[in-house]
Amino acid sequence: MNRTDTYQLPLVVPTPSRFRNPIGKYRLHRTKDCIGCGKCVAICPYGVHLIKRGRVIIGRHDRCIGPECSDPCYEACPVNALSVRKNPDFDVLGDFRWTPDLLVSTWHMAEFGQVPPKGLEYRIGGSGGGFDKLRISFPRTTAQTPESDDPDIGVVLNRRNDTAHRIRIEVPFYGGGMSYGSVSIHTMLSRIKAATALGTFCCTGEGGYPDELKPYDDHVITQVATGLFGVREETIQRVRIVEFKYAQGAKPGLGGHLLGDKVTPGVARMREAVPGYPLFSPFPFHSVYSVEDHKKHVDWIKAVNPKALVSVKVSTPTDVDMVAVGSYYAGAHIIHLDGSYGGTGAAPDIAKKNIAMPLEYAVPKVHRFLQAEGVRDRITVIASGGIRTPHDMAKIIALGADGICTGTADLVALECIRCHNCESGRGCARGIATTDPELLNLVEVEWGTQRIINMFLAWRRELTRILRKLGMQSLTELVGRSDCLVHLDYLKQRA
Amino acid sequence: MPAKYAIHTSTVPHRFKPLTRSGVIAWEEGCLKCAVCVKKQCVYGVYDRRGIDPVQMIDSIDNQCMSCLRCVQSCPKELIHKSLNPDYESIGDAWWTPNIIASLWAQAQTGKIPVSGAGYPGPFSGPGFDAMWTDMSEIVRPTRDGIHGREYISTAIDLGKTPGHLTFNAHGGLEGDLPEVADIPLPIILRMPSFGAVSPRTIAGWAMAARKLGTFFSLPHDRIDDGLSDVYPWLMPAVQKSDGLKGPMPTGVRLVEIPWGDGWKQAADRLSGLGRPPLIVAKTAMTCDAGETVLSMVHSGVSIIHLEGTQDGRFQDDGQAWLKDGIRSVHLRLVEENLRDGVTLLASGGISMAEQVTKSLICGADGVVVDFPILIALECRMCRRCTQGLSCPVAIDGAPADWIASRVLNLMGAWHNQLLEMMGAMGIRDARRLRGEAGRAMFFDELERDTFSAMGGVEEGCDIE
Repeated sequence: MNRTDTYQLPLVVPTPSRFRNPIGKYRLHRTKDCIGCGKCVAICPYGVHLIKRGRVIIGRHDRCIGPECSDPCYEACPVNALSVRKNPDFDVLGDFRWTPDLLVSTWHMAEFGQVPPKGLEYRIGGSGGGFDKLRISFPRTTAQTPESDDPDIGVVLNRRNDTAHRIRIEVPFYGGGMSYGSVSIHTMLSRIKAATALGTFCCTGEGGYPDELKPYDDHVITQVATGLFGVREETIQRVRIVEFKYAQGAKPGLGGHLLGDKVTPGVARMREAVPGYPLFSPFPFHSVYSVEDHKKHVDWIKAVNPKALVSVKVSTPTDVDMVAVGSYYAGAHIIHLDGSYGGTGAAPDIAKKNIAMPLEYAVPKVHRFLQAEGVRDRITVIASGGIRTPHDMAKIIALGADGICTGTADLVALECIRCHNCESGRGCARGIATTDPELLNLVEVEWGTQRIINMFLAWRRELTRILRKLGMQSLTELVGRSDCLVHLDYLKQRA
Repeated sequence: MPAKYAIHTSTVPHRFKPLTRSGVIAWEEGCLKCAVCVKKQCVYGVYDRRGIDPVQMIDSIDNQCMSCLRCVQSCPKELIHKSLNPDYESIGDAWWTPNIIASLWAQAQTGKIPVSGAGYPGPFSGPGFDAMWTDMSEIVRPTRDGIHGREYISTAIDLGKTPGHLTFNAHGGLEGDLPEVADIPLPIILRMPSFGAVSPRTIAGWAMAARKLGTFFSLPHDRIDDGLSDVYPWLMPAVQKSDGLKGPMPTGVRLVEIPWGDGWKQAADRLSGLGRPPLIVAKTAMTCDAGETVLSMVHSGVSIIHLEGTQDGRFQDDGQAWLKDGIRSVHLRLVEENLRDGVTLLASGGISMAEQVTKSLICGADGVVVDFPILIALECRMCRRCTQGLSCPVAIDGAPADWIASRVLNLMGAWHNQLLEMMGAMGIRDARRLRGEAGRAMFFDELERDTFSAMGGVEEGCDIE
């Protein structure tokens, strides 16, 4: 399927932080010696300094690129009134996987729709393995795709060529499931509106299908998970893609438990439960203990909504390749692999760290197995669980995925700082992952939508640049091309 | 089915304020006295209850702050900042990291499994046990729900030689006597750590915890006194030298540890001669030739073997070899020789997290011996001042015995539940079935080689990003 003629890329609209003091890597200090000559304002290309009521002040500490600056203000200042140092707040942010550099560069993308200019590592994190040790290698001899030729990065989701919808997404990503309750309705709406603008989809997660999402039905994936919360014939008939969630990467093999306190009247209504009583999402589907049982599930969806595509979301056990092939034979259109380092609203630390394998191992394993079975081009492989950057996306596609799902990255665009307290007290203090009526108003839907659009436009631009540099015309050429990757532990140069 | 084993936990407060990863820096100078100060908008209300601990001089906001950074990002004069706490970074060492220690403190306080939001924050993999992941079931192999109490998962193990088969007489009764075994409801034996500000009260607290848990507490033979007579059956006296068994053995003791070496036989014979002979655990160092040592031990009739690694989870004779791999090779050696079922294998050395218990079992141990976590449960910071004869900053030697017992009970309760989580995900319902089940694990070295070893060759001068 070729690109859709009517598709129009949304535009970048600069959307600054919703906080008064955005956090950057560096902080400038201006002493009282400043004579207000305005030289710093003139030479800084990033707009760090500004003149306000006749005085020169620092308006945007966060945009300073520090020592990598080629013409630093603190050297040019005629009275040495400026100095720069690392921002202490910066080191408090993030963790090994989402380093402070990655968080701040994602905020930059969400504000400007471009990768940061300098001073921040925006391509890899600090986990010391997997994505963070893989690099994309660009052969010297390759002729780059010309600028005028925009590589096609859309993904066809129905490869069975059956009677279900022929769906193509215009970008190789869609929004992973985040339920109503685990994130606020504003966060949900921001994600789904951004997905609609970008020509892709966003999944509801397991927690019901709020009415506010109705205008975007054509871009919604509804999830059927083990608790069957909020699943009705009507919700399944409304959408074009239905996702079965067998497991979640962050807590594979474990059920979910929503505490009674969190079952507010709103949540209870959505999940068709009683307010104040805890809810269990068991593990696994107690009606599925074989591929035949699984087929029965898929057939059930096809009976309710014959045109719907069926996606099967699984985690990454040792036999993930068998699970993928089984899903294909059961009639799934999409096999969605959620790696063990994926996101969650709450999970035991022991599960996040130890259970199931990271995505970087699972995807090539599944890709090769589906190839050997001769069905690789009949099913779409979607990868998720720890994809943080456009480079991660390119790497996992080169390892064998057709496209990806994101979750945490969307929240980082909304200024998540990875404090890991999504579930404590009233929920996310920054208003992203909470149902607290006061806190959720910290995020406005229009603002959130544009931040997510901007971030993904930066991802899209970066992916396009990578494809051009590899001399490719289309993203499909990159799928499974692990020869475009190099792992630093095995790196050896040959003449 | 045995009565369901549950460890009853309840919150047991710290005696001191724990150190936190980051602290709040809030200046007063330049404050605009806004009508609605950002400090009043704190979601967690930490500024409302602010106070300084008079003994430790720790500001309460450092402990209560959840690092959402909203005040930092909203103060119009940018007077509030956060920074990493150097005191926190400096606790422990490369193995007993600040994060591991802080997590153990929290588990000892609450008795709950550590749960957090967002994805895994740590490194991709690491040395030793961090270089393996456990499996889970999907679609075709049923999981077990041990946590919500809907299915029973047994974590009990047997110590001692279990018979390979049973023989029945003509009347359908058992032929002969079954060998003596001790069963413990969780695959963990507690042991007094090799350092720590330990007083008789500390020892009494640990022994009480072992009794409540139904397991054993191992301590040097010469540290046992009459004050512990109530708990003798839950003690495992450890004789320091193989020929060092002197003095009487406390009555009612069921398990005694003797180091493997010259004189082991004489000591064992002496114990066998007692009225009610205890089971004997033979301890040997985890070394490169531990496999052969263990074989000769089994041939000499040893039925319980304790393999002891270093405090930081390695071999005693090779700082680059990990306990995880040692357990695996010894286990496989015994399997090869068809001797595995005749012996109980206990492993120790740097076990610092619940996941390492599960992983030790998968690698082939029957159970583990845990030492420093029961000290860290008492707020130990692993500063090692006590090893130089200096005072303990958290006065562990002055802590009351029942507080100690409850803290350790909480920690083990949290570990037990984490064990259930991992076993449940694997679809395993009996800890004895987990032993050596390497098929329910994935190993970093193998996955890494299979996936990435072909991704190394690049043209000279090619661009890499």
